[in-house]
Amino acid sequence: MMNSSVIVFPGSNCDRDIAVALEKMQFKNKMVWHKETKLPKSDLIVIPGGFSYGDYLRSGAIAGKSLIIDEVIKAAKSGCLILGICNGFQILTETGLLKGTLLRNRNLKFINRDINIKVINNKTSFTSKYKLNQILKINIAHNEGNYFTDKDHLNKLKNENLIAFQYCDINGNISDQSNPNGAIENIAGIYNSKKNILGMMPHPERMVDNLISNTDGINLFASIMN
Amino acid sequence: MQITDKIIENHGLTKDEYKNIQKLLKRNPNLLELGIFSAMWNEHCSYKSSRIHLKKLPTKGKQVIQGPGENAGVIDIGDEDAIIFKIESHNHPSYIEPYQGAATGVGGILRDVFTMGARPIALLNSIHFGSPSHPKTKSLLNGVVSGIGGYGNCIGIPTVAGETKFNETYNENILVNAMAVGHAKKSKIFYSKAKGVNKAVVYVGSKTGRDGIHGASMASAEFNDNSEEKKPTVQVGDPFTEKLLLEACLELMRDDSIIAIQDMGAAGLTSSSVEMASKGLLGIELNLEKVPCREENMTPYEMMLSESQERMLIILEDGKENHAREIFKKWDLDFVVIGKTTNTGNLTLKYNDNLEGEIPISLLSSNAPIYDREFSKKRVPNDKIKIKDLKKIKLEDALLKILSSPNHSNKSWITNQYDQMVMCDTAQRSGSDAAVIRIHGKDKAIAVTVDSSANYCKSHPYTGGKQIVSENWRNLISVGAKPLAITNCLNFGNPENKEIMGEFAECLDGIKKACEFLNFPVVSGNVSFYNGTNKKNIDPTPVIGGVGLIKKLVQPINHIFKGSNNIIILIGKTFGHLEQSCYLKENYSIIKGKPPEVNLLNEKNNGEAVLNLINLSLISSAHDISSGGLITALSEMSLGSNFGVKIKKPKKLTSSIEYFFGEDQSRYILEIKEKNLIEVEKILQSKNIYYEKIGFTQDNNFEIEGEMKISINDLFKVNNQWYNNY
Repeated sequence: MMNSSVIVFPGSNCDRDIAVALEKMQFKNKMVWHKETKLPKSDLIVIPGGFSYGDYLRSGAIAGKSLIIDEVIKAAKSGCLILGICNGFQILTETGLLKGTLLRNRNLKFINRDINIKVINNKTSFTSKYKLNQILKINIAHNEGNYFTDKDHLNKLKNENLIAFQYCDINGNISDQSNPNGAIENIAGIYNSKKNILGMMPHPERMVDNLISNTDGINLFASIMN
Repeated sequence: MQITDKIIENHGLTKDEYKNIQKLLKRNPNLLELGIFSAMWNEHCSYKSSRIHLKKLPTKGKQVIQGPGENAGVIDIGDEDAIIFKIESHNHPSYIEPYQGAATGVGGILRDVFTMGARPIALLNSIHFGSPSHPKTKSLLNGVVSGIGGYGNCIGIPTVAGETKFNETYNENILVNAMAVGHAKKSKIFYSKAKGVNKAVVYVGSKTGRDGIHGASMASAEFNDNSEEKKPTVQVGDPFTEKLLLEACLELMRDDSIIAIQDMGAAGLTSSSVEMASKGLLGIELNLEKVPCREENMTPYEMMLSESQERMLIILEDGKENHAREIFKKWDLDFVVIGKTTNTGNLTLKYNDNLEGEIPISLLSSNAPIYDREFSKKRVPNDKIKIKDLKKIKLEDALLKILSSPNHSNKSWITNQYDQMVMCDTAQRSGSDAAVIRIHGKDKAIAVTVDSSANYCKSHPYTGGKQIVSENWRNLISVGAKPLAITNCLNFGNPENKEIMGEFAECLDGIKKACEFLNFPVVSGNVSFYNGTNKKNIDPTPVIGGVGLIKKLVQPINHIFKGSNNIIILIGKTFGHLEQSCYLKENYSIIKGKPPEVNLLNEKNNGEAVLNLINLSLISSAHDISSGGLITALSEMSLGSNFGVKIKKPKKLTSSIEYFFGEDQSRYILEIKEKNLIEVEKILQSKNIYYEKIGFTQDNNFEIEGEMKISINDLFKVNNQWYNNY
C-alpha cells in the first residue's frame, strides 16, 4: 500500500483530478490544505495543477513560500517521491527543488491540447513501467510552460539523464515543430539529481480513462506504485 | 442635492419615469434613491420592454424543476441529479474593454449557477465580431478570447463549446454571450427568496470598489462616438477570488445554514438585496458603514451601485453565523453581517445610524415600468434568386471558398486557448455538434451546445426563431443526447424602434413555436437590447443554449468519420433552398430572400429516429446539416479524420449546386457500417423517415462523382489557412 498526499492550494484546480487518478490506481490518498504545517505519512507527494494563489505575481511564486512547502522540502530531502504537475512543476522550480524556470509560452497564449511526449529515461521510480523512447499522447494546459535553464544545468540534465520527457511528434521526432511552447530542447519534464522529484508540464492524471481521453498516463502512477 | 433634468438623464431615466418615481414615493427622491431607481428600472434589470413577450415562452415540463425568475434554470436529469444553467450577455463591457468585459461575463454567469448550489461543470460561449477587415476586430477578438480563457482556465472549469462568428453588423457592437452549466443534488438547490424577519444579511466575497458603477445603465443604452469614455464602468475580474467564493459557498451549502442567497451581479448590492426581499415580501435594512470597501471614502451611493465582482449576499438561519464565518475565514474571504430582514417592506439604507434612503421594495420590483412597445411585423421576403443568371462557379471552388472563409475555417486556434479537459469529465470536446460532459462519478452525461443564425432571423424573424431552436435540438441529437431544455440570450437592437421590437416579438414567437412542439422549454435567459451604435442596430441575434441527456455514456458519438467503406446516409429531404445561404454569401456576396422553412413534424420525427439509431449503437458518426449545406457538412466529417467520401450524384437532379449547398432543415448525415445497413433501413422505413444512400467513405480523397476530387490534406490546408494569414 502506498500513501500519497495531494497539496491543495486555494487556487489548485487539478487537485480533484489527481486524487481520482491516484485512487483509481489504489493509492491511499490524503488531501493536505496549504495552511497545514504537518504532512501525513507519505510515500508520494503531489503538487497539482491550477493557479495556487491566483498567480497574478509569477506562477507558483507565492506557493513556493507557503507554510506547507517547508514540509514538502523536508520530505523531498529525506527521499520522499515528489511529483509536480503543471503549476506544481512551476512551484517546484520556485522552491529550488528543481532548477530552471517556466517562461510564458512563446506564442504568448494559453495552450490546451493533446501533444506527444517521449519517455527519455525509463529507469526511474516514475517511469519504470514505460518503454524507453515510448511516445505518449498527453494533454497540456498552461500559460507558462516554456522551460528554460542555464547552459551548465542543461548539460547536467543531459549528462546525468535527468530529462524525463521531451515534446515530439507522433513519430517521435523531437523538433521545433513538435515543440508547443518553446521549451529549451523540447523539455516537458525533469528530475532532480536523486531522481526522487519529477516536475512535468503535461497532465498524466487526465490520461487515465478511455472514455475521456486515453490511458497513456496510467503507467506513471503504476511505476510509482511498483 | 437638487435633482436636475441632467442628473435624471445621466441616470438613464426618462422624464416620465422620473415623474412616476415622484408619484410613487409621494416626494422627491434623493440622489441615492434616484440611483437605486435607475439601477432597478433600467432595461437590463427590469426587462421593461421584453417582459410582456417573454411571458409567451413555454417554461414548463416534466423535466423542469425551476424555470425563469431565479438566478438560473434547473432541470431534472434523473436520480438525485439536477442541472442548473443559464446564458448571459456581456456585450457592451466587452466592446469597451474586451479582456475584462469577457472575463467578468464568464465570472457573472458562473456565480448565477453556483449561487443555486451547483458545482459548475462546463462553460460555453457565443461570440460575434464585426468584419475581420474592420480595424477593431482583431484586437477585440484577441481580448475577448483571452478574457474568456483567462477566467475559465484559472477557476478550473472547462470551456467546452461555443461559436465564433464574423459579420459587419457587429462592427461597432460585438456580442459576448457566456453560458455556464452546473450540477447539483435535487435536494440541495438554493433560491433567492428571503424568509423570516430579523435574519442576518451577510456580505461575502471581494471588497467593494468604485468599478462598474452604472454598469447596468450602460448596458441599457446605445453606444455613440464617446463610448470609450465609459471604460471606468467596466468591472475587473478576479477569477482566483471567484474560485475561493465558489468553494466557500459550496462548503457552506453542505448543511442548512442558508435561507437565501443571491450573487451581486448587475446593479450589485442594490439588485441583490431588493431581489431577495421582494421575493420574500419582506423589507431589508442595510448598515452601509459595514460594507467592506476597497477604496477610501466611498459614499452610500457608490456602495449601492458598484458592480465590483465576486460578491454574494446571504441570508442566514439564526445561530449559524459563527459556523459560516469560519468557512469564509478558511478561504480568506470577507464575511460581514451588514443588515437584517425586516417586516417593513422597505429597503432601508443607513450609514452610522443616519437614514440615507428608504424605498418601498415593491416600487423597485413589481412597480417597475412595463412597456408594451409598438412593433411592426415582417413579411416573408419574396425576392427570388435564379442560379442560372449567376456567373457559374465550379462546385469545388465554391466549397473551398466556404471552408476558407472566416466563419467556416477551423477555430481550434481559439478553442486551444481554453482548458477543455480540467475536471476530467469532458468526453467530447469542442468542434463537434455538441460537447459531452460526464456527470462526475456516474455513467450518465449531458450534452451542451450554443447556436445562432442572425441572417435567418433578420430576413424573417419568425422562421429564424424556429430554426435556431431546431438546430440546437439537432446538435444535441447528433451526439446521442435527448434534448431537455434551453436557455436563451436575446441580443437585439433598440426596442424603441418598432421594427426592432418587431424582430424581437416575432423571433420569440418562432422560438415559442419550436420549443412547444419539441418539448424543449426555456428555463432561463437574458435579454440584451440597445445593441447598436449611432442608430445602427445589429441584426437580431437570439442565441440558444441547449442541454440534453445521455443516460448511459458507453462510447461518445461525434461527427468525425470512423472508417473506410462505410455507407453514408442522408436523413431528411433536400429541396435545394439557396436563399440566405452561405453559398450565395461567400461566393456572390448575396444575402437575399427568405430563410429555409422548418417543418417541425419532420424535425421531430427525423431527430427521434436518429437518436434511436444512435442508442442502438448502429451509427459510427452523425452530423447535422446547417450553414453551407450537405457538402460542407460532409467535408467537416472528413476534416479531423483521414477518411474522405465518394458521393454519387442523384440521377434526377436539377442543379448540383442546389443539392449540395441548399440549407434545407431537419437533415442529418449518418455513417453506417455495412453490417448495420439492413437494420438501419428497416428502422427508418418503419418510422416513415425519408432518407437517401448517397455514397460511402473512402481513404484520403473527398470526391463527388463527376464533379470534384480533392485530397483530405488539401482540404485541411484550406480550412486552416484563414487564421494563419490573419
